[in-house]
Amino acid sequence: MAKEDYEIVIGLEVHCELSTKTKIFCSCPTDFGGEPNTHCCPVCMAMPGALPVLNEKVVEYAVKAGLATNCNIEKNSKNDRKNYFYPDNPKSYQISQFDKPLCYDGFVTIETDKGEKQIRIERIHIEEDAGKLNHDDYGRGSFVDLNRAGVPLIEVVSKPDMRSAIEAESYMRKLKSIFEYIGISDCKMQEGSLRADVNVSVRKKGTEQLGTRTEMKNMNSFRSIVRAINYEAERQIEIIENGGDITQETLRWDDISGKTFSMRDKEDAEDYRYFPEPDLVSIKLSDTYIENIKGNLPELPESRKKRYLEEFGLTEKAANFVTSSKYYSNLFEEAIEICHNPKTVGNLLMSDIARILNEREEEPEDLKFTGKELGELVILIDQGTISSAIAKKVLEELFNEVKMPSDIIQEKGWIQISDEGAIKEIVVKILEANPQSIIDFKAGKSKALGFLVGQAMKETKGKANPQMLNKLFLEELKK
Amino acid sequence: MAISKEEIIHIAKLACLNLSEEEIEQYTKDMQEILEFANRINQVNTEGMDETIGANRKDNVFRKDEVIPFANREILLQNAPSQDEGMFSIPKVIH
Repeated sequence: MAKEDYEIVIGLEVHCELSTKTKIFCSCPTDFGGEPNTHCCPVCMAMPGALPVLNEKVVEYAVKAGLATNCNIEKNSKNDRKNYFYPDNPKSYQISQFDKPLCYDGFVTIETDKGEKQIRIERIHIEEDAGKLNHDDYGRGSFVDLNRAGVPLIEVVSKPDMRSAIEAESYMRKLKSIFEYIGISDCKMQEGSLRADVNVSVRKKGTEQLGTRTEMKNMNSFRSIVRAINYEAERQIEIIENGGDITQETLRWDDISGKTFSMRDKEDAEDYRYFPEPDLVSIKLSDTYIENIKGNLPELPESRKKRYLEEFGLTEKAANFVTSSKYYSNLFEEAIEICHNPKTVGNLLMSDIARILNEREEEPEDLKFTGKELGELVILIDQGTISSAIAKKVLEELFNEVKMPSDIIQEKGWIQISDEGAIKEIVVKILEANPQSIIDFKAGKSKALGFLVGQAMKETKGKANPQMLNKLFLEELKK
Repeated sequence: MAISKEEIIHIAKLACLNLSEEEIEQYTKDMQEILEFANRINQVNTEGMDETIGANRKDNVFRKDEVIPFANREILLQNAPSQDEGMFSIPKVIH
């Protein structure tokens, strides 16, 4: 059988660090990047006798996440102990949730090339993050930094509903976008505040039963998630095609070689011996509490999208794009406040800004300029002060240094030439230099006009007003 | 409910305990007794009763999300058998 006869089945366990000020069970700060072991206390270092007290914001944020992803909220919840030994886990157990997660049975909607698709969410629970192990290259040993130990996490467990690496990426992007909108996490993947354990299996198309899955832990970039899923699916298909069996195991994805490796660190099947956490009391949530959080949720992407379609007449594609990230969406709203031209702002975001971000390998949250600069840029285009070609160059500048676009074009001398006399001079000059184009045009080849306009743009380094160029060329050619 | 020697060996392994043959024998017996004792609770009829999570009757004990820095690394690390640049130094963890 060929690769096309198989279907990939993917489930994700997404870990998201919550942006609370303090840790989940103690009052230590959660800031990233402090000196080792300076954001620690007897509780998160597991000193004997130290007792945890749950941070109320963690419960609130998890409930927010659940409501924003269409989950039911567990009104009678609790924490449980998950037991395992590892040097980054100072208590030798992690306080997590087992059978009563705060949120359950939700879904998010993703866009696929076949239209919208719902990815079901099995549960969202709260737990504490582990510390960080540093290894030195000289084999002297390992070094434990517990600043991250006790930083609050939610774990979002999906159903195995994704059928391609692209769907898995869309799902993860959707979660990231929702969590940014509701402000519960900064979702910085490079800092590890959003990461996923990816479960992959394959089965022959048309069959119901799930294949044996493998798991790749702690994936923290969209690119590696996509590559790892594709690699792993191909590896599994090849084994099955050669008559072999898939072993259920944890794999390590290596970004450099582009391969997965068996971790072989667990001889026994996972046995965490969960039991109710005796150092904490149960979490009981009232309807009023839940309704209150529901009533205070900020506007979510779906609702913004609807508004952009109806109020601003954006295309479906533009509305999807602009609402795909809170950062785009906020930038959009700030900019149109100033320039009142939603279409152009939408187009700039979707084409040029997205392209430049992509080239710089940055994410929307890395954008430095605001709606103030973007709005002014659109005004300058609308007034004819600069052409769209110059606008692209101004945007490039904005990525390097945030300045008002009017100052940038002053400094660079990029103001559009809209003086009819000056443009006419250029038109005449270009026509003299290109007699063949005149003949072509008169012979009905309308492409010749485009060529002439292009030459004039080149001559003026993109500064000539294109509408005026067109108009004057036509006038001259018809003489 | 009977517990096997193999289960004791498995549990000892999960708990990172090295047991001698005699200890395994002894713990199998002890554990059996503990289980039988605890099993008496299972005989109680709990039909229609709410689940109890722990002995504490309180619920919803929360903390405000306000930073109180402890900021004394020296004290926290004072009992570490070995430390390096403010970190616990441990045998190399193979990754």
